Formats: sequence, C-alpha cells, structure tokens
Amino acid sequence: MSDSSAVANGAVAEEPHDHPSYQRHHFETVDQQFDATNFAMWIFLLTEVMFFGGLFMAYLIMRNWYYRAFVEGSHQLSIFWGTANTTVLIISSFTMAMAVWSAQTRRQRALLTFLGLTFVLGVAFLGIKGIEWHEKWVKHHVPGIHEYSEQAFLNPASDPEVYKEYHDQPLSPAMASKTEEYFFLYFAMTGMHALHMVIGIGLLVYIFFRARSGAYTNGHYTYVENFGLYWHFVDIIWIFLYPLLYLISRY
Amino acid sequence: MDHISPVLWQFLDKWLEHFSLFPPEASKIAPQMDALYFFMVLISLVGLTLVTLLIVAFSILYNKKRHPQAVQIEGSTLLEATWTIIPLGLFLVIFVWGALLYFRIYTPPPNAMNIYVVGKQWMWKIEHPGGQHEINMLHIPINEPIQLTIISQDVFHSFSIPAFRVKREAIPGRYTSVWFEATKVGTYHLFCTQYCGTNHSQMIGDVVVMSPDDFKQWLAGSTSGNSLAMDGERLFSSLSCNACHNSQPDARGPNLVNVYDSKLTLSTGQTITADDAYLRDAILNPSQNITQGYSPIMPTYQGQISEEGVIALVEYIKNLHSDYRVVETLNTTDIPPNNEQTAPPPGQKPPAQKEVKP
Amino acid sequence: MSAPTIVVLPDQSTARIPKMNFLSKENGLLSWLLTSDHKRIATLYLISITFFFFIGGALAGLIRLELLTPQSDLMAADTYNKVFSMHGLIMVFLFLVPSVPATIGNFLVPMMVGAKDLALPKINLLSWYLYIAAGCMMLYTMAVGGVDTGWTFTTPLSTHYLNTHVISAGLAVFVAGFSSILTGLNFIVTIHKMRCPGMTWFRLPLFIWSNYAASILMVLGTPVLAITLVLVVLERTVHIGVFDPAYGGDPLLFQHLFWFYSHPAVYIMILPGMGVISEVVSTFSRKRVFGYTAVAFSSVAIAVFAFFVWAHHMFIMGISNYAALVFSLLTMLVAVPSAIKIFNWSFTLYKGSVTFETPMLYAFGFMGLFTIGGMTGVFLGSTGTDIHLTETYFVVAHFHFVMVGGMLMAFLSGIHFWWPKWTGRMYPEKLSQLAALVTFIGFNLTFFPQFILGTLGMPRRYAAYPPEFQVLNVFSTAGATVLGIGYLLPVLYLTWSLRYGAIAGDNPWQATGLEWQTQSPPLTENFPEIPIMDHEAYDYEWLEKQNLARQQQEEVV
Repeated sequence: MSDSSAVANGAVAEEPHDHPSYQRHHFETVDQQFDATNFAMWIFLLTEVMFFGGLFMAYLIMRNWYYRAFVEGSHQLSIFWGTANTTVLIISSFTMAMAVWSAQTRRQRALLTFLGLTFVLGVAFLGIKGIEWHEKWVKHHVPGIHEYSEQAFLNPASDPEVYKEYHDQPLSPAMASKTEEYFFLYFAMTGMHALHMVIGIGLLVYIFFRARSGAYTNGHYTYVENFGLYWHFVDIIWIFLYPLLYLISRY
Repeated sequence: MDHISPVLWQFLDKWLEHFSLFPPEASKIAPQMDALYFFMVLISLVGLTLVTLLIVAFSILYNKKRHPQAVQIEGSTLLEATWTIIPLGLFLVIFVWGALLYFRIYTPPPNAMNIYVVGKQWMWKIEHPGGQHEINMLHIPINEPIQLTIISQDVFHSFSIPAFRVKREAIPGRYTSVWFEATKVGTYHLFCTQYCGTNHSQMIGDVVVMSPDDFKQWLAGSTSGNSLAMDGERLFSSLSCNACHNSQPDARGPNLVNVYDSKLTLSTGQTITADDAYLRDAILNPSQNITQGYSPIMPTYQGQISEEGVIALVEYIKNLHSDYRVVETLNTTDIPPNNEQTAPPPGQKPPAQKEVKP
Repeated sequence: MSAPTIVVLPDQSTARIPKMNFLSKENGLLSWLLTSDHKRIATLYLISITFFFFIGGALAGLIRLELLTPQSDLMAADTYNKVFSMHGLIMVFLFLVPSVPATIGNFLVPMMVGAKDLALPKINLLSWYLYIAAGCMMLYTMAVGGVDTGWTFTTPLSTHYLNTHVISAGLAVFVAGFSSILTGLNFIVTIHKMRCPGMTWFRLPLFIWSNYAASILMVLGTPVLAITLVLVVLERTVHIGVFDPAYGGDPLLFQHLFWFYSHPAVYIMILPGMGVISEVVSTFSRKRVFGYTAVAFSSVAIAVFAFFVWAHHMFIMGISNYAALVFSLLTMLVAVPSAIKIFNWSFTLYKGSVTFETPMLYAFGFMGLFTIGGMTGVFLGSTGTDIHLTETYFVVAHFHFVMVGGMLMAFLSGIHFWWPKWTGRMYPEKLSQLAALVTFIGFNLTFFPQFILGTLGMPRRYAAYPPEFQVLNVFSTAGATVLGIGYLLPVLYLTWSLRYGAIAGDNPWQATGLEWQTQSPPLTENFPEIPIMDHEAYDYEWLEKQNLARQQQEEVV
C-alpha cells in the first residue's frame, strides 16, 4: 500500500554531499544549523537566569530584613580583590569576543591567542576567589561549619583592618547572628558562580585544543560563538554579584 | 432482614449511621462556607452534565453510521465568546464570594477571647489566658467569638477543625491566627493537616464545645492556679527584663505599661502597632524593633525561652495596665511561690491582680 | 453488529512491515544506547517511564492497602510516610513530567513540523541519560531507606528535622529537572527553526502548540526548582541557610520558591496531554478541531498565567489576605482557557463522523474526568472554601482527577493512537476498549470517594485515621484494584501486538498529520525528502484528494 518504499529505497543509496562537512544531516542548510544552535544557547542562558534568579530573590529578602548585618558583613570583603576580579572578568569577556571574531575571520593564531588569554584570565579570577575564600576561612566567617565567629560584628574594634576603614557600630547579638545569613548567601552565590566558571574553563580548554586542529577556522565557528555567549553570561552574573555583595553601603 | 448476613448488615448499619457528605456545621461560618461549597457543587454538576450531554448527544447524532460525511466547521466566535464569558463570570462570582468568606475567617473581631496554640512534633499545646493548659484538647464555650493565636515550635503544622470549617498553618517563627464562634455543643475532631513527620497522623484531638456554665466550671477545675499573665510576670522577673523595663525615669528600656496595641515609633522612623507578633519579635529579635529614643542594647532571648514562655510574656504585657507590681518586684527579694496562690473564683481575675489599680 | 470504524488496514495476507525503518536500521545494544534518532530515544524513554510508573504504582498499591483499616497496622507510620513520599516523587518527576513530551513528543515533534530530527539530537540523548541517572538516584534513595518529606520537601522539616535521605532524593529531582529542561529547550528550538516549507504557525497541529507551551514552562520554571533544591541540600549539609527561622531565615521563602516551579509543573504535565486529545478528537470525528485558533491561544494563555498563581498553594500559610486575593483572582483566570478547550473538543464532534476506537474512548474519559478535576480546582482556588478543603483528601482527589483521570488517560490515548505508527502494528481493539472501560470505572471508584473524605475533613498523608472514614477508604482501595488491572492490560496486549498485531500500514486512522504520510514504522530520517506543507492542519478534504490521486495512480500502474 505504501508507495513511500520506492522513494525510501532511493534515500538508502548514498548521494554526494553538497553541503559542508560540518553540517548535520537533520538540517537543511548550514544557516539553519547556525540559527538553531544559536537560538538554543540563548534559551539555555534564559534557564540560567531563572536559576540564579532564585538566589537573587533570597538575597533580596534577607538584605531587606537584615540590612545592617549585610552592610557590616560586606565590609569584611576586600573591595580591592572584588574590583580586581571584576576587571579580570570584563577583560576576559573582551578577549573572548576577540576570539569569536578571530574564528569568524578564520584567523587561527589569533583565535588560539585570545582563547589562551581568556583561559588565563578565567584562572586568575578563580585564583583571586580562592584568596578571598581563604581569608574568610581564616577569619572564621564561613557559616555553619568551622566555628563561625561573630566577634568582628559584636565588637568591630577587634578587627582593626576593617574598623580603620569603616568605623562600624557594634551590632546587637540578634543582628550579629544574621551576618551568618549574609555569608551563607555570599558563599552560595559566589560558589554557584565559581562552579559555572569552572565549567566554562573546562569547556574553554576543550575548545582550545579543537581550535588547534583547525575545527573552528573553516567557517564552522558556531561552537566558539555559542561558548562566547555562555562566557559573557557568566561575566554578567558577576557584574550583578559584585555591587550586591561588595558595594552595599557605597552608593 | 434475616436473609442479609450479619457481616453485611453490620457494614450497612455502620455506613448508614455514619453516612454523611459533609461534617457537622458547628460554627457560625460553617453554613456560610457550605452555601458557597454547594453552589460550586451545583455549578460543577451543571458543567459536567452539559459536557457529558454534548459528548453523548453528538456521539449518537453524528456517529459514523448515521452521519458518514463530516462537515468541516472552522469555529464560531460567538460560541467561543459564550463559553469564555460565562465560565469567567461564574468563576468571578465564586472568587468574590470566597474572598468575602476568607476575609471573614481571617479577620478576628476585636472582642474575641484569645487562646494560644503551640504546635510541636507531635502534639498541640493549648493555653487559655486563665492558665489552663491542654494537650490535644480544646475546650471552648458556645456562642462566643474565639481567636486562636497559633505558632509552631519546630516545623510546619496546621491546626484544623473541620466542623468549624477553619484551618490555619502553624509556622515556626511567627504567629498566625484564625477565629470562630461555635454554635453547637458537642465534641469535634481536631487535626494536624500539614505533614510534619513520623507521627503526623497522631497529632489529632478533640474540640469540646460547652455551655457557658459548663465552661466556667471546666475553667475552675483545670487551672493550675496561675494565669498565663502570672506565668509571664514570673518570667519577666527571672529573666531580668525588669532590669531595663522598670518604669523608672532613667530606665534603659521603654515602659511596657499599656504598650499592647499602641502605636510605637521605632528607631528606623517606622510607626507600627505593638501587637502579638511585634511583642514576640521584640523579645526574640530586639535589634529590629528598637523604640525610638532607646539604644539597641537589648539582648536576644532566642534559644533561651520556649514558645510557651514567649506566649506567657506576651500575655503578661497585654494585661499590663499599671507598673505597680513591676516597681514592687524591684523592691522585693522573692516572689510568692506557686502554691501560696489561691485559685481565682471562676470567671474572675486572680486575686493578686485585684490589687493593681489602673 | 460491529461498530463502525475508520480503520483502513492493508491486505493482511500480503502486507509486511517495511524492511527499512528506524527500528530495523541498526541492531545491537550500542546502536540504541548511542543513538541520535529521536524515535529511538522516544522508545528508550517509553520503556523507562513505564518501568518507573509501575514502581510508583506499586507504592500506590501499598498506600491503599494501608488505608483499608483506620489503624496504622500494615506498616509503621515512618514506613508509610516514606511510601507516599516516594510515590509522589516517582510519579511526578519520573512519570508525569516527562510522560507525553519525552515519549510521544520526542517521537512526533520532528515529524509533525516536517523535520528529520529534533534540532539537537545529542542533547536529546543526554536528556534520556539524565533521566536514567535521576531514576537510579531515586531507586538508590529507596534502597537505602527512602525519604519521608513528602514530594514537597517542606522546610524546616526537610532541612533540620529528618534524618532520612533528603539529599539523594533532592539531587535525583535536580537531575530529572535538567532532563526536563533539555527536552523543553529542544522542542522550542525545533518548533521555531525547523518547520518545513509552508508550515506556518497556524498550520501546525495543536499537539505542537500544546508541547510548545509546556516547553516554555519547562524551560522557565524548572531552574527555580533546581536552585531551591540546591539551597535545601546546602542547608542540610551546612546546618544554616535561608529557610531556617532559628537563624533568621524564612520557611515561607521555601514555599514561594518551591511552588513557583511546582505550579507551572502541573501545567507541564497536562498541556501535552491536551495536545494528544486535540489530535485524537479530530481524527475520530473526521473534522478539524473546532476553533483551532482558540485552542492554540488557550495553550499559550495557560502557560503565561501558570506563572502567576503559585501562592494558591499557600492561602492558609499566613500570607497577607490581599496577596491571597490577587492569587485567587489569577487562579480563576487560569481556569478559563481549560474550559474553553473542553468545549472546543466537544463541538468538534458536532456534525462530524464519530467512531469509538480506543483512543477516542480514552479521550472521552479525559474530557469528563478533567472537567471534574478542573472544577474542583476552582473549589480550591476560591479562598473561602480552600480554608476548609486544603490539605485534605479533597486536594488528593483533585490532583488525581486531573493527573490520572486527565493526563494518564491522555497518555494512554496517545500511545494507542500512535502505536501503529510507532511499531507498524495494530493493538487488539476489543481488548483495549475493555481495558479503557475498566480503567474508567476503577478510576472513579478509587478517587471519587476521596472528594467526600476531604469534605468530611480527613487530612492527607495520614497513616491512621478516625474510624468513621473507613467505609469510603474501603471503596477507594477496591477501586484501586480495578484500576491496577486496567493499567496492566495495555502493557500485556501492547507487548503481544509487537509480534502478533495486525500490520497497520501508513495511515490506519486516515489521519491528516504529516507523520501519517510516511511509512509505519517511519524511516530513521522520517521523510525521504522534506515535505512541503501546502494545506491547513486537519484538512480532511486534502486527505481525500491525496487518497484519490494515489488510487488513480495505482490504477494506471
């Protein structure tokens, strides 16, 4: 009954491919493939926005309720390192954009250079984050584990470095205990962001080696472009985190 | 009846005796809620009948044998509008009606008798202001508005009295409230309806509605002698609240006489009403709730006092209309021990408080 | 007398399953486990989902057995709590959420839009592996003792008051969520970017519209659940977090975040089922769905409104009265598009040519039971009655009516409807009609008494209950036995049909979708060449012309 069998048999015989080797067979044209995969990455980033959104919601509410604890908690963070990290990430976004351009214009050497620079900057970011976290660990400001200490908030003078800069008022015990909430959110948010950085750096290494074998300078720059989108997104998340966590009392 | 086996008869009898489609209507709001409920049952039946009729009728009239050729119809804007607007209209009516009921149930009248409920895994602790404590039982008088102030001391629970058609979540960390007025003497179920762990299904009890006289009798017979306010006074002193809240001119803490339900300006500039929630918060989170003009030096009592203790303190402050006893306790070295208090006459305030002149 | 039927089968003495099809293309385990063919992935999903359905169903059986008697005598209260928690987790996350999209959706979406595969075939395979990983984690959780938080992970119970396996259960749900997100993402991209020439949005089958709407919900809502579970897991490990009032956190924050996903989740579960019903009702009335545009837009409307009603799960939890008002109003609004669909489907029968094959029977069951389920949702959406009915068996009955009476019936309708396309074989019609009837009866007997139990006040999640509730519980358990038989039968006869069923041919139902214009089972690449869509959806006149043309061609030959 089916006449599709006649046509089906025709499809079995291998026909010469008149499309680039990197075009997948379920797409009709290369443009459709680029378009679809690009769109897919944007949708994925939308899901990431919703994912971080939950954290931002929790932060919003807690900061509203415990403003003074959040202010004094944020004074414990180093503006120097935070700004350094922000700069590092913004520059890495630039180098990533340059990498995408290099791939689009088929400049393999430039592509590798910029990918390499992005990698270095990404690792630098994680290194600085490590320094900051270590500092928190040493000062017993890691919530829940490792004997969280409220001393610096009950008696700010006991922490001369921070006190010199901010001259904080001592917090009441009730409010001082809320600084632990601030640090919980600090670690949850920067931790989740750092996890996304680690994944990004891992993918970056993979892309670097693929770029070395010429995979992206033959016109098929989609992966680099889509990865660039991801990298920019992770950067933007940090650009929100930075003022929310570090700059609470600095308008 | 002798052809029916005894087992079957037992089953039928049990069923007929207990057969009911809704719980007894034992509160003022119950018939009102049932009215809306039955209205919705009616609408649902009409809707279901309509849909079933359409399906059955069309299936019979237009089945393949009878109607072999289908007529392609795009649609009908008129019909679409009809079955959009009519359901929407009905749903909006239901919404308004339901909203009225909701506000009614969750807005206690000012003169309601207040009873405290503390939920914990896995029991309900009920505290009458006169000092009567119950576990999993709630005795109340008929025809009197009663407000329950509910809190949990661990996880979410939910206080439910189906016969009254009321239910309210017991949340750790904040008070919730609901009110009702019982209209029928009897004993009714009390359930915990929010899953709370292993013995969630054991967290049930009875609500006993009594005539006013029976209730007075019960109150007299069940009290330990100390009202909640008296327990609160005891705590006020033992926790050294009176060290700062001592009504002296140079006191470090604000005067608490008549503070309940008054308007307070906080140090943030905000003006709030000092209700139960505020008082509880002020004891457990004082740093958020400093009265204007005072320093934020009050320590938090979080972790040092149980929910019942907080309730006792709140009751004490609610009934504080004179600082006479506060000043007294500053001057005395000890507080009369428990058993020297005589039980107050039923329905009257305990004798110790009679000395307090406004 | 035999009932009229629209089934047109090829001559059974000469008909054969086409030699070259997606099932026969390559053999061997690896060709299945490393496949990128959406149809094979759909088959893998179908097998795994059925497996988890029966585990969840067995747990339901245990629940109903326990509830035969008022005392907690079959198992300890702790065990019962674990049984209903695992039942909920498995049924919601491992069955209902993926059911139609991951099986029927994966199978059909590319074919219905006229494409060779989904936009991201490897991501599709990844989503199946994530599903299996989630399933294994869930089984692990059960094996090491289960979790007893309920499927809702309510804090602070789940963060500080239980020593059961909350973390592994939470992570299982997290992974299942990612599987769901990837499926939704794939559908959205495919529907946007891979429609064949001539396939405008309003020529798409309504199944596509429904799955599109559900995919939006999957993509936007599931990540919020993911982060909420991460926070719960963190709070459990670190012993401090944002949900614990003792440290200044807020347990209601958890409720808001959890329900922000879990309410859209129920629409993720029902919308694809509604898509199936549109296809089935149209085919078995030989008519275009009445009010195509209205049905298409109502799917999108449901998806949009779904995000604004979450706090109707929290009316008694101490949210402000005015907030409750707003959410109640929005809940009433979200109920309207569903009502519109029911009426549109009913009127599709008007002046049609109706037959009563099994998929149509399930569709009728859906329409009746979903009407009841949906109306009882209004009972709960109205704040005044919600106070009395929430957290009782009324809620349990409501969601089982929409999920089991609704969604599961739609799933079975779809499985039967597309079985010939999927396998090339027909299922046994009489037996399946009997199974549909048995399911319908069993379902009503199981769940209708629960409405009454809820109105009477019987709370949910109770291992033991006051004796006066026993009679209705006994009815419910009796019904559950019948229902179980109704679900077992399809597994048996569908498996039987793989070997012994009649050969179906390309288009046994004479339906109009693009998927019916290719062979059964389809080729791996679906179409020998990409079709061109030159007619409206559900164009039965076009189909007749096609058949006529083919007949004439065969006569000439």
